[in-house]
Amino acid sequence: MIPAAFEYTRPSSVDGAVQALAEGGEDAKILAGGQSLIPMLRLRFAAPSVLVDLGGVGGMRDIHDDGEHIVVGAMATHHDVMSNQLIREHAPLIAQATATVADRQVRHLGTFGGSLAHADPAGDLPGVASALDATFEVAGPSGRRMVSASEFFVDYLTTAMEPDELLVAVHIPKLTGWGTHYEKFNRVAQAWALVGVAAAVRRSNGTITEARVALTNMGTTPVRAHGVEEALADAPADEGTLRDAAARAAEGTSPTSDLSASADYRAHLATVLTRRALHAAGGL
Amino acid sequence: MTKISMTVDGIQYEDDVDPRTLLVHHLRDRLGKVGTVVGCDTSNCGACTVLLAGKGVKSCTVLAVQADGMDVTTVEGLSGPDGTLHPVQQAFHNSHALQCGFCTPGMIMAAVDLLSENPSPTTDEVREGLEGNLCRCTGYQNIVRAVQDAAATMHATAPPTAEAAEPASTTEANAQEVPR
Ligand SMILES: Cc1cc2nc3c(=O)[nH]c(=O)nc-3n(C[C@H](O)[C@H](O)[C@H](O)COP(=O)(O)OP(=O)(O)OC[C@H]3O[C@@H](n4cnc5c(N)ncnc54)[C@H](O)[C@@H]3O)c2cc1C
Ligand code: FES
Ligand code: FES
Repeated sequence: MIPAAFEYTRPSSVDGAVQALAEGGEDAKILAGGQSLIPMLRLRFAAPSVLVDLGGVGGMRDIHDDGEHIVVGAMATHHDVMSNQLIREHAPLIAQATATVADRQVRHLGTFGGSLAHADPAGDLPGVASALDATFEVAGPSGRRMVSASEFFVDYLTTAMEPDELLVAVHIPKLTGWGTHYEKFNRVAQAWALVGVAAAVRRSNGTITEARVALTNMGTTPVRAHGVEEALADAPADEGTLRDAAARAAEGTSPTSDLSASADYRAHLATVLTRRALHAAGGL
Repeated sequence: MTKISMTVDGIQYEDDVDPRTLLVHHLRDRLGKVGTVVGCDTSNCGACTVLLAGKGVKSCTVLAVQADGMDVTTVEGLSGPDGTLHPVQQAFHNSHALQCGFCTPGMIMAAVDLLSENPSPTTDEVREGLEGNLCRCTGYQNIVRAVQDAAATMHATAPPTAEAAEPASTTEANAQEVPR
């Protein structure tokens, strides 16, 4: 219940945080909301030598509109994100999915950036960020760089960030004229997703012009369901299309088996939840 | 050791803490605020819920150093200076919203947090709002009822004189009997 000892630093700027990470060496770690890290510290699954707390860095909690994108500061809490007007208007998928994350208390402290940097395949927001083609703004010793969602998630709890880098903000393209939906299946109220499906669908007259679908917990990273997307593109917006497309949801995925669900069950869930998500996103 | 300063239940404290100290341990072991309890090892049960800068958080999942400069309210800080119970405490008492009482400090704090954002929640909203708090005894029925009763009391007494007003319906019960 008591974490191993560590040194603690609370820089007041992004540059200060980058420097603290560099000085802390390989075992230094960022502390954001602590809602994943502190449980791991307590169980001593993680024992960093230095914690760099981003809580004192000004401006990292802001959410603003840069014209094409909504830029979400990495330290915006789940609660900030859910109640933000820009997100509700231009990226309602994020607001909807965030409302399913954990519980009120966890959402008051847990951050958008922390959820993405943590890269838990069962986390809800990595799938959502993938479906939305978000771009990740990363800061390191040699300045800032932008990383696409497809490159950001590398493996189980692993991102494309180097140990001396940190996530500053996430740029979410505004979707105008799309319908979106996040469909999550879990066993009890505050539990993680057994499987989740983030869907965005654009329709014109009776046709689906474009669709993006990403799956939560169907592999070691969020997975884009390319088979589903292909089957939907330029297809008539009807029940048959959705059914046939959803049937391809588990193609190319590699879900795990654990105490809560077998891999086969997850593959089945993916098809069912994808159909539900497409129905809701496509307004059918 | 890191120097921190925080206001807990209206009193300011300055302390040197080991950075790995959890807020709940700081509250209980250093400040003697044993009303806040620990019920799990996994951040699931919510028994340790306190208000941090006015928002409900699980104090087992916050480092004391993260709360530096902030305001903390525990279940011990809810009642008035004369011992008058907070409407949520009183409603838990009236509705018998507890059996063993272990989850109660966290339930009450989570309910206070919920009502500060949603002053008249539906039954479903109460259940959803308390999803971060587990009770192994009651089956939640009376807890939900208590939160809705508290909401009604707070409505009836809130405007225009705000918090200080003493609701008629809460004076009859005996304050000391409420366990924590
Ligand atoms: C009871 C409970 C239930 C939960 N249920 C869900 C759920 O249903 N769905 C879900 O998606 N999540 C769930 N979570 C996790 C929650 O969403 C966390 O908030 C999130 O995973 C981590 O965010 P954080 O800000 O707390 O990060 P922290 O815990 O502070 O950090 C997590 C990791 O990310 C790194 N990190 C954080 N921020 C940055 C950054 N800006 N740059 C670089 N690295 C960074 C840290 O070094 C650490 O390794 C749950 C948590 C709890 C305790
Ligand atoms: S003791 Fe904090 S959530 Fe259980
Ligand atoms: S009253 Fe016993 S755990 Fe809730």
